[in-house]
Order: sequence, then structure tokens, then C-alpha cells
Amino acid sequence: MKNLRVTTTIIAMAFVGLTAMSCKDGQKEESSATMDSEVSQEQGSTSTSDAQNPESQQVLADYMSLKDALVATDEKAAADAGKKLESTLKSIKLDSYTSEEQKELKEIIESATEHAEHIGRSDMAHQREHFQMLNQDVTDMVAITGTANTLYQQFCPMYGEGGAWLSMEKEIRNPYFGSKMMKCGEVQKEIN
Amino acid sequence: MRILKVILFVLLVVFIGIQFMPTKRNQSDLVPKTDFLVVNNTPETIGKLLQVSCYDCHSNNTAYPWYNGIQPIAWFLEDHIMEGKKELNFSEWDAYSNRRKNSKLKSIMSQIRDDEMPLFTYTLIHRDAILSDVEKQSIIEYMKSVQDSL
Repeated sequence: MKNLRVTTTIIAMAFVGLTAMSCKDGQKEESSATMDSEVSQEQGSTSTSDAQNPESQQVLADYMSLKDALVATDEKAAADAGKKLESTLKSIKLDSYTSEEQKELKEIIESATEHAEHIGRSDMAHQREHFQMLNQDVTDMVAITGTANTLYQQFCPMYGEGGAWLSMEKEIRNPYFGSKMMKCGEVQKEIN
Repeated sequence: MRILKVILFVLLVVFIGIQFMPTKRNQSDLVPKTDFLVVNNTPETIGKLLQVSCYDCHSNNTAYPWYNGIQPIAWFLEDHIMEGKKELNFSEWDAYSNRRKNSKLKSIMSQIRDDEMPLFTYTLIHRDAILSDVEKQSIIEYMKSVQDSL
């Protein structure tokens, strides 16, 4: 009787162990399946040929909410904005651009996605570090895709070797320091 | 008391059981043409530092410790290495676009400067992977020069 109980327990443990292992594999399959469906979704929809591609406008909108969250030194809101930006970047369509632009945009998006993903799961200091690099990507993207609204490229020399960002308003509100140095910076350029 | 014995016995059986579970080993004898050290023709002193302090988790070739033969440690290491290579893989350096190389270099410099890398849990065991201030500085300066040459 005792032996039977021990044996049963061992079998149960082995079963639990194996189930846990197979669950791990199952999850992997599931995530690759989601990726597949995303890809087919992208292929299925029609492309837009407007100069101002709506998805790049959405990238800018997400970027602005991220920037505002950093201005407010709100780690949680910045992480959420990072995640939102990441998913927008993944859905961007490039069909309406020349192959050279597409190549450049692909590199930009790949890099920006990586930064957005980091922002989605990091502390404030790291979020700002990645925002600085993300900013380069978004600025380069806008140079290709254009923008529906006037943007102000602003710059604060105090952050690292200097931190730049884009804003819809002329007024300086610093995303790298927030309330610590809200007014640090100047408008470098107007982008139309 | 008997319950405790049974539990211990079961744990022992599970422990022995998982020793037979396979793991993926991150090892390769080949140094690919895309390797950071090859592409940048990195000086030996810097290369040695990177290999000892970074390459175990950030390349396609890990120098495994003896305890990698034991589960669940091997799983833990496998996970760590996968994560590390996702962030930065020196073996596939040249496959990154210049844009990404640039941001990887920036991150390398800031991680080393802020003592976030190499990980504390790694240097706890790999005492030789600890970087002195001089070594940190030389890596940072070198990475800066690579960045400038992009």
C-alpha cells in the first residue's frame, strides 16, 4: 500500500514535469502562430499611396504620447506608450515607397521597434536612454514619410552628449529631465 | 515524518529525472566572418576582455562551466544565453545595420559605465570577468572609436 502511494506520487510528479515542459513548447508554437497571422494580415490589406502615410502619423502620435510621459516623469505611462509604439511600428506598411526608401525605412523601423520594446519594460533612466536613440530613428523616418503637422526639433545639451526630441509645440518641455530641468533646450529646426 | 521522507524521495527522483532532459548548447568552433572582433580587427587586449567578460552570453560560443552538466542549472543558463544573444550577439555583429550598430555601441558603453554589465550574478562566479576601472575605460574608448568609424 505504501509502495503504491509512493509510485503514484512519482508518476504524478513526472506527469506534472512533462506537462510543464510541453506547455513551454506549446507557448512557443502559439506565439509563432500569432506572428503568422499578423504577417498575412499585413499582406491582405491594401496599401496607401498618400504622401502622409497614416501609419507613420500614428508612429508620430505614439511618439508624442511617449515624449509627454517622459516630460511628466511617468514611468508607467512611458512603458505603455512604448508598447503601443512597438505594435504600431510592427504594422507599418511600406508599399507606397521606392525600394531605396523601403530599405532605409526597414532599418529605421527595426531599430525603433527595439527601442520601443525596451522602453516598454525598463525604468525611467533606461527609458530616456532609449528615447534618445529612438528619437534619431523617428526623425529620420519623418524625413522620408513627411508629417501632417509642423514639428519642432528641440535640443538640450545637458543630456549625455546632447539629447534631441520632436514636439508639436514650440515651447520647451524637456523629456530627458522632466521637472528637474523642464526648460532646458532650444528649438533647432522647424519640420513641415 | 513519513510524509517528509516521501517528499524528499520524490524530489530526488525528479532531480534525477530532469538530468536526462536535453538542452541546447551554445557552442561553435567556427568564428564567423561577421564576428565583432574580426570585422573591426579589434586589438588583442580589448578582444580578450570582451571574450572573457561578454562572449559567454553575447556570442554563439559559450565556455560552459562544469555545473552546466546539472539540471536545472543548465536550463537557467540556456535561458540567460538566449536572452543575452537577443540583445546583442557579437558573433553576428556585421549583420546589424549601421543604425543598429550605433545604438548597440551606445548601449555597450552605458552598460559598462554604469556597471550593469557584466551581470553581478555572472561575475559572482566568473571572478575573471570583473572589469577594472582601467579596463572599463579602455573598452569604452575603443567602442567610441568603432562608433566614430561607422
